[in-house]
Amino acid sequence: MKRTPSRTKKRPRLARPRAASPAGATRPAAKSKPAFVLRPAQRGDVVAVAALDERVTALPKPAHWLELYERQKKVGQPAGIFLVATASDAASRFLGFIVGEIRAWEFGSAPCGWVYALSVDPDSRLLGVGEALLESIAGEFRKAGVSKMRTMVARDNRLPMLFFRGAGMMAGPYVQLEKDLG
Amino acid sequence: MKLQIASHLAIVSVLELAAHPDRQLTVAEIGSKYGVSTHHLAKVMHVLGRAGLVRSVRGAGGGYQFCGNARRTTLLDIIELFEALGPRGLDAGGPGQDTAEAAALEIVLREIDDSVRATLGSITIATMCGLVERSVTERGRAHRTAAIRLHG
Repeated sequence: MKRTPSRTKKRPRLARPRAASPAGATRPAAKSKPAFVLRPAQRGDVVAVAALDERVTALPKPAHWLELYERQKKVGQPAGIFLVATASDAASRFLGFIVGEIRAWEFGSAPCGWVYALSVDPDSRLLGVGEALLESIAGEFRKAGVSKMRTMVARDNRLPMLFFRGAGMMAGPYVQLEKDLG
Repeated sequence: MKLQIASHLAIVSVLELAAHPDRQLTVAEIGSKYGVSTHHLAKVMHVLGRAGLVRSVRGAGGGYQFCGNARRTTLLDIIELFEALGPRGLDAGGPGQDTAEAAALEIVLREIDDSVRATLGSITIATMCGLVERSVTERGRAHRTAAIRLHG
């Protein structure tokens, strides 16, 4: 990194000082914490999975989610894992999902658990749904005997990057390489 | 990469304060832990205060408190208060600026810059506090193991 002289002017303001206690200032705004349950995905969940993904990414791909569900079901746990989170109230509102799989010896890598997809309803974030889904799939990977979990995140995709970093994930020993074929 | 001293001091000071949100720490307390002059540290705290990351509490038992959002403030946010982490690139007016070789080198340097910014911009103060805790635990375990070997 190029060393540059210290800047002394025009410093951006990052966060407004708050009158609340500093401990409170470091936490997100308090929300009532509805209970939710995690369970293996069923075929009927695929529509909700596709709808949530489309809402978050703005790229509809229902066939992909159905194919992924069928593949995970065929592989079966613990190798293929597809979990969903739903509110534990009577409505069982769909809150999020996670998909992962144990893969071995691709790219010379010893068996490890890959998290392919994780998404949480934007209206239900900061409630611990994503953390619970990630902890749950990590537990499944651990039970299956693997000691490493991996995922891939676009560098500029700030929210998932912060989420996975916050969960203790660090850059691994592999570098993703690509080439334009156009 | 190497951080400027001010950036380094700012990060460790914020971590120190964020780890003890219920009490104030003076620059003398932080300075003595990291072996730096209170004069230098006071300048750093002033910048952090202007950015809304710390606030000073006056009076007996006064000092600095962390008042930012630990889950939203990243290492990059802090570093950029003290130094520019813009595209490194080749020095303007350097040899062969318009050559294909310079353009190729520029691509590689940009890849490094992107990677540095992505890493620093994705690690929050809360994440760092977790890493510090893990480091404390691992160091404690290593010391206990060493003591057992020594005395056992």
